[in-house]
Amino acid sequence: MLECVPEGKTEHTTGKINPAKTCQPIGALYASLGIHGCLPHSHGSQGCCAYHRMHLTRHFRDQVLAASSSFTEGASVFGGASNLKTSIKNIFKIYNPDIIAVHTTCLSETIGDDIPNIIKQSEIPEGKIVIHTNTPSYVGSHITGFSNMCKSMVAYLAEAQGETKKEQVNVIPGFVNPGDMREMRRIVTALGVKLVMFPDTSGVLDAPLTSKYQMYPEGGTTIAEIRDSGNSEVTLALGAFASNAAADLLQEKCGVTGIPLKLPIGLKATDDFIMAVKDWFGADIPKEIAIERGQVIDTLIDTHFHYQGKTVAIFGDPDHVIAMTEFVITMGMVPKYVLTGTPGKEFEVTVTKMLDEAGITGSRVKAEGDLFDLHEWIREEKVDLMIGTTYGKYIARTEDIPLVRFGFPILDRAVHPLMPVVGYRGCLRLIEQISNALLERRDRDALDEDFELVL
Amino acid sequence: MEESCTLPRAATACITERQDSIQTAGKSRTRIHCADDSLAGSVSQRACVFCGARVVLNPVTDAVHLIHGPVGCATYTMDIRGSLSSGSELFRTSFSTDMKEKDVIFGGEKKLAACIDEVVEKYHPPAVFVYATCVSGMIGDDIVAVCKAASARHNTDIIPVESSGFISGNKVVGYRAAAEALLRLIRPKEGEVIEKTQKINFLGEYNLGGEKWLAERYLREIGVEINVAFTGDSTVAALKRAPSACLNLVQCTGSMHWVAQNLERAFGTPYMDVNFFGPENTAESLRRIAAFYDDPAMMERAEALIAREMARIRPAIEKYRARLRGKRAAIYVGGAYKAIAIIRQLRGLGMEIALTGTQTGKADEYESMSRILSEGTIIIDDANPAELEKFLLEKHVDVMIGGVKERVLAYKLGIGFVDHNHDRKDGLAGFEGAVRFAREVYVTTCSPVWERARSPAPGGESHAR
Repeated sequence: MLECVPEGKTEHTTGKINPAKTCQPIGALYASLGIHGCLPHSHGSQGCCAYHRMHLTRHFRDQVLAASSSFTEGASVFGGASNLKTSIKNIFKIYNPDIIAVHTTCLSETIGDDIPNIIKQSEIPEGKIVIHTNTPSYVGSHITGFSNMCKSMVAYLAEAQGETKKEQVNVIPGFVNPGDMREMRRIVTALGVKLVMFPDTSGVLDAPLTSKYQMYPEGGTTIAEIRDSGNSEVTLALGAFASNAAADLLQEKCGVTGIPLKLPIGLKATDDFIMAVKDWFGADIPKEIAIERGQVIDTLIDTHFHYQGKTVAIFGDPDHVIAMTEFVITMGMVPKYVLTGTPGKEFEVTVTKMLDEAGITGSRVKAEGDLFDLHEWIREEKVDLMIGTTYGKYIARTEDIPLVRFGFPILDRAVHPLMPVVGYRGCLRLIEQISNALLERRDRDALDEDFELVL
Repeated sequence: MEESCTLPRAATACITERQDSIQTAGKSRTRIHCADDSLAGSVSQRACVFCGARVVLNPVTDAVHLIHGPVGCATYTMDIRGSLSSGSELFRTSFSTDMKEKDVIFGGEKKLAACIDEVVEKYHPPAVFVYATCVSGMIGDDIVAVCKAASARHNTDIIPVESSGFISGNKVVGYRAAAEALLRLIRPKEGEVIEKTQKINFLGEYNLGGEKWLAERYLREIGVEINVAFTGDSTVAALKRAPSACLNLVQCTGSMHWVAQNLERAFGTPYMDVNFFGPENTAESLRRIAAFYDDPAMMERAEALIAREMARIRPAIEKYRARLRGKRAAIYVGGAYKAIAIIRQLRGLGMEIALTGTQTGKADEYESMSRILSEGTIIIDDANPAELEKFLLEKHVDVMIGGVKERVLAYKLGIGFVDHNHDRKDGLAGFEGAVRFAREVYVTTCSPVWERARSPAPGGESHAR
């Protein structure tokens, strides 16, 4: 029996049981990989860096490189300054990146290392760059860490050259897969608008096999592009939790208008994303995009009776869960339980508002929850479908509920990092996954006399 | 992509300070530089003390494993080992005190005590292991005192594991922290006498892919009962009976030699190194165990089992050997004992060993490794990916045996891969395991995918060398 919820009702008051989040540094590390020619650096114990690389590798099935300050007891007593200085020197000498993106850990935060000062005292070769962000693991979640690193990219690199802005849009994509970033780029490019997307892990974590091994693959936003983001007219911040902070700083620092949007997952959020670009730049919607949207509507009609009225539990990272909740409401499903591990009351406010507007009552919404909470709810009243990360598979198995894998991390399936869930193509993929999960279940459970060829 | 951004291929790929950590078998007999801290700034494959302690204790199936720190340490180690259980699955549930800023400032002891109370009340476990992490160690939370008070409060074993990550980057130090926790758990109460039996303990066996069960079957057939394994498929109650064993078998020497020595000192139990990886090692181990009991009937049963199993697996091994002969392999695993066992197995499949290395090997282990390798084989301690890449390409390796981080590296270079670490899904030990291992090596080494990768794409170059 794999259930984590013991017999009888007990109150869960402290700590986490089967967490639905992880710590800040891994988010910062992931964001850093979206800068071209960057080696992320973890300022802390070796274990942190090893765990983050392993975890990301298991999700993306690709090489994840990052260096560590390799703290020992001495460094912990006397401070990590000399470790960081030595690291910076060694990294440029041996691995020769264009830029090092340093993030802290709970250890170096607790010690109180003054990173900007240490960087100032470090030997940095001509033309090379070191940036940093503070990512105390005991605050927020991996999404907070991602957000902090995006903000640091702006703080260190973005520059406005004068008052006039270029006719280009910044896209801050959020903690999404490289396949999603690729799709966002395709859509904006199809609208005929020049974009700067940062970070961008496409071409880094979904790179094709080439004849030579490259420590720094072709993908990633270049430093020049991030600098140029200060000259854009507008920034689309996709997902409040991961992207708003960087967009706000761009507005403050460089006067770039920030537009907060949901992650473009689902019909409405994709519409909003495309309309934001269209409205600002007066772009025409090209035929290919119009066709894609029409295909989504057509498919929703073809499949609506497969999922209409089904109850669903959605869990994972806040921006993903918010957008997915909106989409399943669009599809006529009932989001019964909506949970994220990341702290933030805004999550509960946003989701509750969406449910209210849809006239859905009796749902449970929680920020900073864990999978114990979710399991306990499901134990009380079951749902037809679960949508979330691999960590949901224990509940899915124990309670015999189909699980659509969505978000980060997915550790037990491959190919997903390359397949977008954003945009209209993403809608088609999600509709297919959701319908198929329910239909597979129907086939599995059907009696011989009810087993149908055509569904 | 400018050339300057690709990795330097020449000797500079290896950090100068690391030259003493790399050796070529046959050429030099200088002692390899190892078991040292990794260089600051290097992209090491190593982990931390917490990681070492966590992997050793994780398979204690009916215990609660409560990690006292910010949430990450618990998330990354949730159900990671692939250790199988025949009973409780509680060990696969992840418990974290989820330390927040407030706890870091004011101390986390109160929250830890509250978490212990909650899990004991909810799950009534026979024991709780409480792991220290970097932060709880750094702010000086006295987990020993908290555990002691909680043990008294609940009349349950609440065992502290002193595994703050920063103590060392070497997992072996974490193995020790876990070992100390285990010894604390099994120490008999004042006045308690534990009668000796004819059973054995199996130390350093984690039941990955059911490997403990395999060994158990062989041992049962020759007439030996396992009392408990440390720690694969173990329970708290069974571990507490550990002093009753008449012999301790030690498989993963890195994690368990120290425990065996302590058990010998405390309870007079002798220990014996065994190894169930590969048919020869398995046979040799079974013979030595039977010899320990000095029972001719048992020895006969062992010989019969060995003869039968060897005959049974021979056709399969021969089939794979025919296809794998002359292929070149690289090995990069956690400990030296495993590296040596894999060297023997790959040799048995007619393969050449081009490179071998470990994360935590000791000088004498590297020496014995060097003796069994042919001239020119690279031996490397605590390799970084740049070094591995350099030698994998230079030595024209066909297949790599390693852990999760090496898999992607090998694949990117167009080289086959077999996981001999936590991600292995099928038992690779014993006679059956040897066949499975051979099949896995064959499947990846001889997959048609490498042909596709090497043949030219339409109108262009090939994707791999």
